[in-house]
Amino acid sequence: MSERPSDIAVGTELPEFVARLTRADLVRYAGASGDFNPIHWSDRVAASVGLPGVIAHGMLTMGVAARAVTTWTGDPTALLEYHVRFGRPVVVPDDDQGAEVTIRGKVGALLDDGRVRVDLTVTTEGEKVLSLARAIVRLR
Amino acid sequence: MTLDRELVGRSYPPSAVYEVGRAKIAEFAAAVGADDPVHRDPEAARAVGHPDVVAPPTFAIVVSLEAAFVVLGDPEVGLDYSRVVHGEQKFAHHRPIRAGDRLVATTTIDAARSVAGNDLLTARVELATEDGEAVCTAVSMLVARGSGGDAA
Repeated sequence: MSERPSDIAVGTELPEFVARLTRADLVRYAGASGDFNPIHWSDRVAASVGLPGVIAHGMLTMGVAARAVTTWTGDPTALLEYHVRFGRPVVVPDDDQGAEVTIRGKVGALLDDGRVRVDLTVTTEGEKVLSLARAIVRLR
Repeated sequence: MTLDRELVGRSYPPSAVYEVGRAKIAEFAAAVGADDPVHRDPEAARAVGHPDVVAPPTFAIVVSLEAAFVVLGDPEVGLDYSRVVHGEQKFAHHRPIRAGDRLVATTTIDAARSVAGNDLLTARVELATEDGEAVCTAVSMLVARGSGGDAA
């Protein structure tokens, strides 16, 4: 059995994590993941299906949000379970700034065997983009 | 269309073997900004007890999403691919995915229902080594938006 650090409690907040996603990041993620859906790189196709513009892959947002947790734990393999529900898309304009995604997290529950549940709030321009985001991590 | 509840529990044949490469892990890690050296430096990975470089937490999607999509090719499921969006994703890691893993994906329909004109289908993909060691359970909920629906 591993012990949880004594300073971790329900409500303990993770450091806020801010990521910026540009069109180049979407292209890079498309290649790395194999998801070449044109809504992630073509304004024409995005508009044709009623989107306000090119949007980030939901899985890219999920992957970036995981960094708020793995940066906190210091060990990427400590993230044992991870569950998100995709709410609102992250629109990524074709400029140098792209879109800013802010990830806040806090400990939602203390579990057995040194594990905790972390509840994440992921927003862009003040709106939640994941309607649920939870991770179970092992802390040593 | 309305999904047939009898689809629940249906399994599909195992996928071809996917061999996890160091370069693919490093490429994926860079794409999500995961800069921990355990994703690209075998020595750094070994120093903390891994046999080789390990994948970031969402890397499993590279193998699992294609496996989940086999249900879309099932004529008895009949989801309209052009209207499908990713509704939810869940990973349960049984151990980290690492370079050299030879993974096989087996897909099962866990749930199928229609809500407010949208078809919701949950595909569970079990990733295991070809020797049968469980590595990751990846669950994808796919939503086929109804033509009159207004879901995001």
